[in-house]
Amino acid sequence: MATEANGAEEGGLVFHPMDQFIVSPLFGDGAVNMFTITNVTLWMAITVLAVIGLLVVGTSRRAIVPSRAQSIAELAYGFIYKMVEDVTGKEGVKYFPYIMTLFMFIVLANFLGLIPMAFTTTSHIAVTAVLAMAVFLTVTVLGFVINGASFLSLFWVSSAPLALRPVLAIIEIISYFVRPVSHSIRLAGNMMAGHAVIKVFAGFAAIAAISPLSILAITAMYGLEVLVSFIQAYVFTILTCVYLKDALHPHH
Amino acid sequence: MATETTAAAGEGLATSPETAPGMPQLDFSTFGNQIFWLIVTLVVIYFILSRIALPRIAAVLAERQGTITNDLAKAEDLKKQAAEAEEAYEKALADARAEAQKIADQTREEIKGQVAEAQAKADAEIAAKTAESTKQIEEIRASALSNVEAVAKDTAAALVAALGVSANQGEIDKAVDDRIKG
Repeated sequence: MATEANGAEEGGLVFHPMDQFIVSPLFGDGAVNMFTITNVTLWMAITVLAVIGLLVVGTSRRAIVPSRAQSIAELAYGFIYKMVEDVTGKEGVKYFPYIMTLFMFIVLANFLGLIPMAFTTTSHIAVTAVLAMAVFLTVTVLGFVINGASFLSLFWVSSAPLALRPVLAIIEIISYFVRPVSHSIRLAGNMMAGHAVIKVFAGFAAIAAISPLSILAITAMYGLEVLVSFIQAYVFTILTCVYLKDALHPHH
Repeated sequence: MATETTAAAGEGLATSPETAPGMPQLDFSTFGNQIFWLIVTLVVIYFILSRIALPRIAAVLAERQGTITNDLAKAEDLKKQAAEAEEAYEKALADARAEAQKIADQTREEIKGQVAEAQAKADAEIAAKTAESTKQIEEIRASALSNVEAVAKDTAAALVAALGVSANQGEIDKAVDDRIKG
């Protein structure tokens, strides 16, 4: 990257682990407006292409005995479908396409972000906050639409002693509103931290004596990040299912 | 960590104006851009999934499930058919065996009957022959007796003649008959 080249010219160790997250216009050097085509646009488009490649092109043969791509598509489908059904019950199945959209976007964006020189769209709090807020608002609205005012019984722990209930209600309400924050920061934080750490190790590789160790560390971190990419997508999705379950069945 | 990063980034900013200050994640000027493209992406993915991908995968899975169920049912059917065929074969075998037994019994009875009939016929023939023979023997005996009488009378007449006594045939016959009876 250009900034790294600058650092090398200065001589000595200069780390720019966060430079990989800079949003910059793809064409020209102008300011980033709302509709500017940026590296975010590029990598989100690649994510869409990956979704098409896996779930549409991969399954185009509709084979009874699936090919590899079709197997992966079917596995992903079965994995999320079963998750939605297990967590939210039969009534939740109609929200399966939304949850599948979230999962496919996050898991593919995470994996694509691991390609060297790639931009990780899910490492940005703006992206994950929108995802989390979308889930939070949808679930809250859905809870009130389906259950009416009795949705508020989610905060009224009827199994606890009466004296404790108001205290618990306050805690429940706080935890409810903290959900989108933790939901979004967990994903963005995990993605950002992993990529930054890899970059820091890469910076150390400039010193000849440490470089073998550094490369080994990068390899290990990369393996861990592959795992984290999937796990964070899974966690985000299953938490979405759990929140959806609260909206469908608010009574404890 | 945060201050270090900020310091490093600030340093970078000093040397190269392209570098963003602090965490690029907190550069609010890019938020609108990211959110806009994220929403576009999510809508596109949602329509691809809900219109094309998910119905297709669901259809493939259902079709596979159907094929498996059909094959299982077919296998069950074929197994039943095989069992039925075996049963029919066993039954045919048992029938044939019973039929053979019956035919053998019948033949045996027939032969026994024929033998008995032939034996009875032979017995009857033997009996008839015996009776006939007995009759013939009786006849022969009777004729022999009458011959003896005639010979005796002739011999007596000859003896009387030889003795020179004249006597008529009637007296001689009477005397001989008396002797034979006596």
